[in-house]
Amino acid sequence: MKTFTYEKATTVDEAVRDIDRAGAKFIAGGTNLLDLMKLQVETPDKLVDISRLPLGEIEEREDGGLTIGALVPNADLAADPRVIAKYPVLSRALLAGASGQLRNKATTGGNLLQRTRCYYFYDTAMPCNKREPGAGCSAIGGFNRILAVLGTSENCIATHPGDMPVAMRALDATIVTLKADGDKRRISIHDFYRLPGDRPDLETVLEPGELITHVELPAPPEGRQVYRKVRDRASYAFALVSVAGVVKVADGKIASAALAFGGLGSMPWRDGAVEAALVGQAPSDAAFAAAADALLADAKGYGSNDFKIPLARRVLIATLRELTGE
Amino acid sequence: MRFTINGQSYQADVDIRTSLLDLCREHLGLTGSKKGCDHGQCGACTMLVNGRRVNGCLTLAVMHQDDEIVTIEGLGSPESLHPMQAAFVRHDGYQCGYCTPGQICSAVGMLDEVKKGWPSHVSDDLSDPTFDDGEISERMSGNLCRCSAYPNIVDAIREVAAASGDAKTAPTSREPAEAGA
Repeated sequence: MKTFTYEKATTVDEAVRDIDRAGAKFIAGGTNLLDLMKLQVETPDKLVDISRLPLGEIEEREDGGLTIGALVPNADLAADPRVIAKYPVLSRALLAGASGQLRNKATTGGNLLQRTRCYYFYDTAMPCNKREPGAGCSAIGGFNRILAVLGTSENCIATHPGDMPVAMRALDATIVTLKADGDKRRISIHDFYRLPGDRPDLETVLEPGELITHVELPAPPEGRQVYRKVRDRASYAFALVSVAGVVKVADGKIASAALAFGGLGSMPWRDGAVEAALVGQAPSDAAFAAAADALLADAKGYGSNDFKIPLARRVLIATLRELTGE
Repeated sequence: MRFTINGQSYQADVDIRTSLLDLCREHLGLTGSKKGCDHGQCGACTMLVNGRRVNGCLTLAVMHQDDEIVTIEGLGSPESLHPMQAAFVRHDGYQCGYCTPGQICSAVGMLDEVKKGWPSHVSDDLSDPTFDDGEISERMSGNLCRCSAYPNIVDAIREVAAASGDAKTAPTSREPAEAGA
């Protein structure tokens, strides 16, 4: 690990002031950042410890939604009675990720910024455009079984590894931030992540030094909520394919649908065409197949991850049966 | 830097990069917590920070100067074992023993989570989880045992859970189907 200077922020304003140069990073739970620092994939020269800032509360809002502090641990968010009652898809997604120890440490804000587990991103002996733009991509033509089939570019096929952000995309979350100049902004999660394009190192629209302070969930959507995750082991593994679904059926027809996907895309994936294929239709395998066609129309396999395309089709159809069945 | 570990105060002048695990093992002589993978994958370093189980390898010592830390050395002593330690001995919940301190700290933290009503991935009802062997396996998936002593580890944890007298950790009995039924 490269050495760094360390400052502990006591207020949110102080935290954004302390991020005074490129190379400085916030640390909260640290479970992903320290892992990457040990391998020198991340080499910050300064850490600003935000773990004791007063951003650890979950509050109900007047519109029926929730405001979640960026430092709420994954374990606490998953077990919160309001989340369980109103947003079970979020609780399920959190519980499907990591281990008990990691969920106790990992935070809401940090989870949104989790980095890919692409083998070549982790291996500093191999070229990787996400670590070093322009170096080349070892995953295209390499071992890419766990990597993305949607939203990739010729420069990067890394998968976003998260579960929580997938549920948050299905729930239309908003990310609230504070910039060094004191400006607050609210960013829809649908605008938060960037496709890799020719700059796979830039994963979100956050500016340098911008701090996530809260995540807002709008009032809970109507309908049934399901999170289904398919992975290589029954527990403590990243998704090969996951689906966060919220579907309402009324008078025998799908009245509304929100579907987001993990394990498939370069970012937590949501595609309005999938939902458009469903809304207004009576639940049927034909309608579900049309939704899968819409999801996978532009999917591109890279050899060893080709299996994800038919797997995604089957997982989506199974999830839709569960969401619309008796 | 000052630390409170197992109820004792310590002072140590360590490199800023030192993990909580390395602080204990390399600087304070608390070698009970083990280093397996050093990346949060195996759980051998599990300790309790303010009562919550965490991976000691994935956090910086400097960040925990105001916390109450408990390692395996603080749970019990050879003369007076913690109930979880005694249960692991009774059920032979190990072979080589390397993962055992982490397994025991993790199990203690895990049962507290169950008593708080926290659900898991395998809970049918998120707001009222039951407790059975499947729940133990899921909730302990962050602790690997390469000797594969898992059946005896589950036996030890199940016994401590049942003996605690807490309704939330009372194991759900699943009667085996009657022969020929």
